[in-house]
Amino acid sequence: MNKRSKRKLLVVMVVFGVAVATVLSLTALQENLQYFYSPTEVKAGEAPDSREFRIGGLVVAGSVERATEGLLVSFDLTDNAKIITVEYSGILPDLFREGQGIIALGAMNGSGTFVANEVLAKHDENYMPPEVAAALKAAEHK
Amino acid sequence: MIPELGHFALIVAFAITIVLSIVPLIGAAKNDAAMIALARPAALAQLLFISLSYAALTHAFIVHDFSVLYVSQHSNLVQPLLYRVSGVWGSHEGSLLLWALILSLWTTAVAVYSRSLPDVLMARVLAVMGMISIGFLSFMLWTSNPFERIFPVPADGNALNPLLQDPGLAIHPPMLYMGYVGFSVAFAFAVAALLGGKLDATWARWSRPWTTIAWSFLTFGIALGSWWAYNELGWGGWWFWDPVENASFMPWLVGTALIHSLASTEKRGVFKSWTVLLAIMAFSMSLLGAFIVRSGVLVSVHAFATDPARGVFILVFLCIVVGGSLALFAWRSATVTSSGRFSWFSRETALLLNNIIFLTAAVAVFVGTMYPLLVDSLGLGKISVGRPYFDTMFALVAIPLIILLGIGPALRWKRDDAQRIKTSRQVLFIASLAIGIVLPFIIDGVLNIKTGLGLAGALWIAMTTLNSLYQRIRMSKRLPLAFSGMIIAHLGMSMFVAGVTIVMTYHQEKDVRLEPGSSYELSGYDFKFIGIRKVTGPNYLADEGHLVISRDGEKVADLYPQKRIYQGQSNAMTEASIDVGLFRDLYAAMGEPLGKDAWSMRLYYKPWIRWIWLGTLFMTFGGILAVCDRRYRQSVVQRVKGLNEQVATN
Repeated sequence: MNKRSKRKLLVVMVVFGVAVATVLSLTALQENLQYFYSPTEVKAGEAPDSREFRIGGLVVAGSVERATEGLLVSFDLTDNAKIITVEYSGILPDLFREGQGIIALGAMNGSGTFVANEVLAKHDENYMPPEVAAALKAAEHK
Repeated sequence: MIPELGHFALIVAFAITIVLSIVPLIGAAKNDAAMIALARPAALAQLLFISLSYAALTHAFIVHDFSVLYVSQHSNLVQPLLYRVSGVWGSHEGSLLLWALILSLWTTAVAVYSRSLPDVLMARVLAVMGMISIGFLSFMLWTSNPFERIFPVPADGNALNPLLQDPGLAIHPPMLYMGYVGFSVAFAFAVAALLGGKLDATWARWSRPWTTIAWSFLTFGIALGSWWAYNELGWGGWWFWDPVENASFMPWLVGTALIHSLASTEKRGVFKSWTVLLAIMAFSMSLLGAFIVRSGVLVSVHAFATDPARGVFILVFLCIVVGGSLALFAWRSATVTSSGRFSWFSRETALLLNNIIFLTAAVAVFVGTMYPLLVDSLGLGKISVGRPYFDTMFALVAIPLIILLGIGPALRWKRDDAQRIKTSRQVLFIASLAIGIVLPFIIDGVLNIKTGLGLAGALWIAMTTLNSLYQRIRMSKRLPLAFSGMIIAHLGMSMFVAGVTIVMTYHQEKDVRLEPGSSYELSGYDFKFIGIRKVTGPNYLADEGHLVISRDGEKVADLYPQKRIYQGQSNAMTEASIDVGLFRDLYAAMGEPLGKDAWSMRLYYKPWIRWIWLGTLFMTFGGILAVCDRRYRQSVVQRVKGLNEQVATN
């Protein structure tokens, strides 16, 4: 194999690899993007109906209710402007507590409740998720 | 007084580093022997002063000197000694100091172990490493001084984040940094070679063992992090595609491409400029990882800094290093010519394909990690990329990689006969595919094609690798360490694929409500909740649950998961309890008390999960073994002798 055809081989392979990678990544990426909405935006109807998204806010004090049987728990989430009720079945993270900023991943059910598949409260007790901090700020300015 | 000495030592180290990064370069340009000879002692002096500074900070932690702000933030009186020593790198400022220390360790290691290098090249390599060190030292001195004092002095400090109080995590950062920073050696060799305008196969031979050993550290460091997350976070997973995990995975992927590409360059003198580019990219990815983790653009247990000035500093530094080295590459790479010729069907092509696959994977991770940051910085909203994206991308990348892994190592350099490979691999290919597809059916009576393909892949890698080993022994009777290292690392890959496939298909997890005396069955194992008692640890109080696990009426294990409250913290911490086995882990973590002695519990059955870490340990060990190969010591000495003689006669 001489130098020129070898260089061609290299170029063709790299271009091909990059093209395949780009198409596949972008398709998979598009399908798996999770958008973030604040309770105000959800109330305003901006959040998607059928798709999973992330919601974030502060857990309203005194709103956490547990079912007597099973692991169903519900709580209210607020950005200090609007409130959305969240339902979750499972074990809440260690850093979940009232007044804490958290993020939940899930979708709306028909009756205006957010059904979470996952509840995230990050590793530090003084920590506020940046999305939640921004949402609180935005609500304040309105 | 001692903290001030530590700070002063850091300033002295900074001054020495400036000398280290300028004088030898001028010497190399002017061919001034005295200036060139300054590189080695400067590297040693730098190590001495950074070590002094590091020792001063460690001392402040050990003696509870809370007048040092950093100590008071990350240590308290009840913290055990191990976590006071590891507390040094428990947060931003100290981990930077550790980074600087490790960088100077690598610099000194190059100075000491590469005595056979031509002096001019050595001077350039050490100077480039010095420049990197300047970046980190000035970052520390101007934005993140670990020795800053606090007044009035608090009586006690804030505890180290309890999540970090784990022996696995105590050594995770040093191992990871050894890997990250180790890639700076390959980078420095590449830049030095570009500066000198002389890029030959010996360049690859010199930088290859350094790169492989750095890669081994990185592999081990990532595995430790994964193991810690599994043990400590109470989620039972081993990889979350969290941006900080991706930050360490990107340099690993590029580094893996680099160690394979170096093989071609060293043995056959091909892909020279490509290899140089990879060396630059691998270290750039390490710096990018540092930027992601340290700049505060992401928030997680790893992200300490929230000061925007720090993020800007790292970003500027990143741009200088990446931009500068790429500019140098663009300017100089035209002078690099690859000498070797090879045909389509050859090991060179296989290694090239390997590189393309690993870079594709790196690009996929890069896009998934950086896209949300880009969208956010453009003010287009807050998004995140879900796990399925990464899982899909890696499943797609894995297929060609696994097939290639069974064929590439058997190929001959330069040119091989397709028929020869066909006869040796055909049977193995069909056999692994057939057994793999049938296995899920034998395990649980269900034909699962995805799982079958995963197992077939693991079998294919294992059988072809062992076949290569057998062929090698039969042909030559000699087994060089470099070859054995490759075999072991590739077997590790096979174990990893098997572990991932099995745990993803057959794991079971359940969040349940348990009262004392009640039980729950998971995959044939009966988890019976006995009750709760209070226990006291060195710096925490805990509720400890007791579960008895039995199978077919026979007791298998006792599990004692805990819910801890550390002193000085208000939130509880979950401490999972795991019964470890080669073929299955049984895992219990406590949730919350639900009243009337009932607790929510998280129960997991994780088959073969140990194989994931066992596989990575094999890869690590393979890398270390390969570095011990005799030829790196002998032939470097011989070649360089020859080279020096040439120079002398000229």
